Amino acid sequence: MSTPYAKLPAWADYGLIPLINLSVAFIVAGFVVMLVGENPFRAAVILVQGAFGRGTGIAFTLYYATTFIFSGLSVAVAVHCGLFNIGGEGQGYIAGLGIGVVCLAFDSILPWWLTFPLAIIAAAGMGALWALIPAYLQAKRGSHIVITTIMFNFIAASVMVYALVDILKPAGSMAPQTRNFLPGAELPKLNWIIELFGAKIRSAPLNICFLLALIMAFLVWLLIWRTKLGYEMRTYGHSPKAARYAGISETRIILIAMVISGALAGMMALNPVMGDQHNVALDFVSGAGFVGIAVALMGRSHPVGIVLAAMLFGMLYQGGAELAFEMPAISRDMIVIIQGLVILFAGALEHMFRPYIQALFASLSPTSVGIGAVKGKGA
Amino acid sequence: MAQAAIELIGINKSFGAVRANRDINLEVARGTIHGIVGENGAGKSTLMSILYGFYQADSGEIHVGGKPVSINTSNDAIALGIGMVHQHFMLVDNFTVLENVILGAENDALLKSSIAKARSELERLEREYGLEVDPDAIIEELPVGLQQRVEILKALYRGAEILILDEPTGVLTPAEADHLFRILKQLKEQGKTVVLITHKLREIMAITDTVSVMRQGTMVATRATKETTVGELAELMVGRRVLLRVEKGQSEAGAIKLSVKNLTVKDSRGVTMVDDVSFDVRGGEIVGIAGVAGNGQSELLEAISGIRHAVSGEVMLEGRPVDLTGKADPGELRDRGLAHVPEDRHHVGLVLAFEENENSILGYHDDERYLKGPFLNVDAIMADAKDKIEKYDIRPGNPRLRTANFSGGNQQKIVLAREMEQDPGVLIVGQPTRGVDVGAIEFIHKRLIAMRDQGKAVLVVSVELDEIRSLSDRILVMFAGRIVGEHGPEATEGELGLLMAGVEHQEAAE
Repeated sequence: MSTPYAKLPAWADYGLIPLINLSVAFIVAGFVVMLVGENPFRAAVILVQGAFGRGTGIAFTLYYATTFIFSGLSVAVAVHCGLFNIGGEGQGYIAGLGIGVVCLAFDSILPWWLTFPLAIIAAAGMGALWALIPAYLQAKRGSHIVITTIMFNFIAASVMVYALVDILKPAGSMAPQTRNFLPGAELPKLNWIIELFGAKIRSAPLNICFLLALIMAFLVWLLIWRTKLGYEMRTYGHSPKAARYAGISETRIILIAMVISGALAGMMALNPVMGDQHNVALDFVSGAGFVGIAVALMGRSHPVGIVLAAMLFGMLYQGGAELAFEMPAISRDMIVIIQGLVILFAGALEHMFRPYIQALFASLSPTSVGIGAVKGKGA
Repeated sequence: MAQAAIELIGINKSFGAVRANRDINLEVARGTIHGIVGENGAGKSTLMSILYGFYQADSGEIHVGGKPVSINTSNDAIALGIGMVHQHFMLVDNFTVLENVILGAENDALLKSSIAKARSELERLEREYGLEVDPDAIIEELPVGLQQRVEILKALYRGAEILILDEPTGVLTPAEADHLFRILKQLKEQGKTVVLITHKLREIMAITDTVSVMRQGTMVATRATKETTVGELAELMVGRRVLLRVEKGQSEAGAIKLSVKNLTVKDSRGVTMVDDVSFDVRGGEIVGIAGVAGNGQSELLEAISGIRHAVSGEVMLEGRPVDLTGKADPGELRDRGLAHVPEDRHHVGLVLAFEENENSILGYHDDERYLKGPFLNVDAIMADAKDKIEKYDIRPGNPRLRTANFSGGNQQKIVLAREMEQDPGVLIVGQPTRGVDVGAIEFIHKRLIAMRDQGKAVLVVSVELDEIRSLSDRILVMFAGRIVGEHGPEATEGELGLLMAGVEHQEAAE
C-alpha cells in the first residue's frame, strides 16, 4: 500500500520547500547564536552583508561558489545514474597533482591561455581516473561505490602528502607545497565585472574558473536531458531493470557516468590552485568535495538549482568568515555548525516538511495535486 | 442467522476526483468465508484498507461485532480482532518466523519472554489449524506458500477473529492454493471470519459461503455462493455480458519465426525454473502459454528476450541463434525484429519517473530517427509520441506527462505502442492485460490479433486463462517449468485447468 506521494506544483516543489527548509535551518542556527550570547539578528545582518554588502564580499562569495558548482555538478551527474559519488573530495585533491605538474612544466614557456586548457585536461583526467577505479570495481566486482570512493579520498590524501613532501616541494623549502607558479599559470581575475557595477574591490580571488563553471553547468544540463548518453544514464538511475531491458550496458554506463563525475570533481581544483593560491598546497580542497553533496541535494541535481545552491554555500563561507571576525564569541566552528544545519535541513531532512505541505495543498484543492492518478496499484 | 462480524454502512472514499468507493454497504456474517470479487480498480483493496485503518472513509460507519467503531490506524483494527494478509507480504526477510510473528507485539524490552510465549502459541495454532511452519526458519529461505502462512500466523497471534486476505493465490502454486483453502476452511470451523478478496471466480466458487461483487467503486450485488454461477458473477463484475472471445478469423500460419529448443533456465538460487522447453512460433499465429504464476513463464520470456542467462538449449530468431549467456544485447535483438512487452511494466517496460515521450523510445533510443548525432532529436521524439498517442488512444494525450500519472491500461498502451510500431517480426508479450481496465483489454486484444493477421509471430504468456483461450491459435500449458500439454483454441477450461494444476493434482482440480 504505497502512500500517495502527491505531486506539488513546480513553484512549491522548487521554491517553497527549499525556502522553508532554509528558514528552519536559520531559525535553529539563530538559537545557537543566542546560546553563545550574541544577537542572532545582528549575526544574520553581518552574514548577509559580509557576503553581498561590498564588492570584495561578492567576489569572494562567487569565488567559493565556483568550486561548489563543480563539486555539485559532479555529485549530480552520478546521482542521475543512480550512483552516489562521495569521493569528490579525493578526486578534486588528486586533480591538483595533475594541474601542478602541468603548471610547473609550462608556466615559464606558455601564456596562461595555453596553460589553462592543458591544466583543464590534466584536472579532468586525474579526477576521472580517480573515479574510474571505484567505478570499475562497482561495475565488475560489485564493490559498493560509496565505500570505495570514501576510501579513495584517504588514498588521495596520502598520495598528495607524499607527492608534495617528497617530490614537488622545492629543495630547501619548509612548506609542503610546490613553488609558486609564474604568470604563465595564473588565471585572470574577473573582479572587473563586479567593478562594472560600481563596487570597489581591494583584492579577491574571483577568476575565469567561474565562467568555466557556468559553462560546465550548461553542458551538464545538455548531457543529462538532451543527449542519448544522458537518457541512458537517467534510465539506469531510475531503474536498472528497465535499462537492462532497453539494452543499456550496466558496466559501460557506470564507467562513463563516474568518469564524467570524476572529471567535474577534478576541475574544481583549477579554481583555488590556478585562480587563487598559484601553488599546490596541502589540503587545498578543504571539504569542498563534501559540500558538493549538499549542493547537489539542495539543487535537486539540476544545474540551475546547483548554481543557486552553490551561491548560498558561497555566501555561508564568505559571510561566515566575516561573522567570525566581527563577533569574537562566534568562532570558526560556529560557522561550521550553521553550515551543518543548512545541510541538515536542506539536504538530509529535505522531505521532513513535504508530507505536511502536500497535505495542505491536497486539502486546498485535491485535484491539483493529482492524488487520484497516483492511486490504484492494487485491485 | 449468525450475527454480523463486520458491517459497513454507506462507506464513501474519494482520491481527488476519483471515487474509489461510493456508498458501500456490506455485511459479513460471523464464521463464514465471504468473497469480494471485482476487476482491478473496482475498489476492493480501498474498501479493505479502510477496514484495516490504512485509509479513513470520507463518510460512512463501520460496525464490528455489532458496535460502531472508528478505525484510524491498523493498531485499532488489530485491537478489534481484524487481521490482514497482504498481497505483497509484509515480512522481514532475514528474520526467523518466530521473530516476524512477534514483530510489533514484543511487549517487553527483552525478547526472551515473548519468544517463549510465541513459541508455545505457534505450536497451539499449528495443532488447531494445520499451519505447520518451522518457527526457526529464516523467511527468505521459505517458499512463497509458507511465507503466506507466516502472515496468517502473525494475524492469528495478535488475536484476529476476522481475517482479510487480499488476492492470496496470485503467487501460489495450485497445491499451495489447495492447502491454503484447507486452512481457511479450518479457520471457519473454529468460528473465525474470513474475507477473501480476489478476481478469480473459480476460487470464489470453490470456497466461499457468500460473495459480493464490486464494480467501479460500488457494491453491485451480494449472493449466496451456492445460488450463483461463474457466468452471473462475471456479468456482474463487468456490467455487461462478457464476450470472453475476441472476434478473429482463421490463422494462416507461415514459416517458423521463433524456435525454442530444449531450453533450461535456473534462477539465482540454482532452482530449475524452465525445464527442457521446446516449441515453435510461426508467422501469422498467436501461441499462448497458460499456467499459474510462478511456473517458469517469466523466466522463459526473459531468456528468450536475452535478458536472462539460460543453462542450456537454443533459441532461434528468424533462423539465427540468440545469445543465451545472459549477456545478449537486447538492442541487437530488437534490430533483428524481436519486440518484447515485459510482464512488469512498472520496473522493466517503463521508467515511471520519465515523461511519456521518453518512455516511447525506451530501447529504441539508439534508432537514428530519434537522434541528431549524440543528441536526442526532441522534435522527432515528440512528434512520434503524439502519433502513437493518437493511434493507440492513450489518455491523457499529453506526451510531457509523467508516466506514473497514467492509469495501468494507458501505461500498457504506451509499451504496446512502442513495441508494435517498430514493425517487429516476432512479438513476445507477458501478461498483456494485467491491471488493465476492460475497455483497454478489448483494444489490446484486437491489436494483438491485427499483428497476427499481418503475419507476425506472436507469443503471449498470461495467467488469465480466458485471455489465453480467446487470443491463441495454439495453447501451451506450463507447469513446474515444463510444457505439459498443447491444445487448440477449442480446449475447454476444464482440460486446461487440469494441465495447469499438474497431472498429480487431478483430484484437486475437480
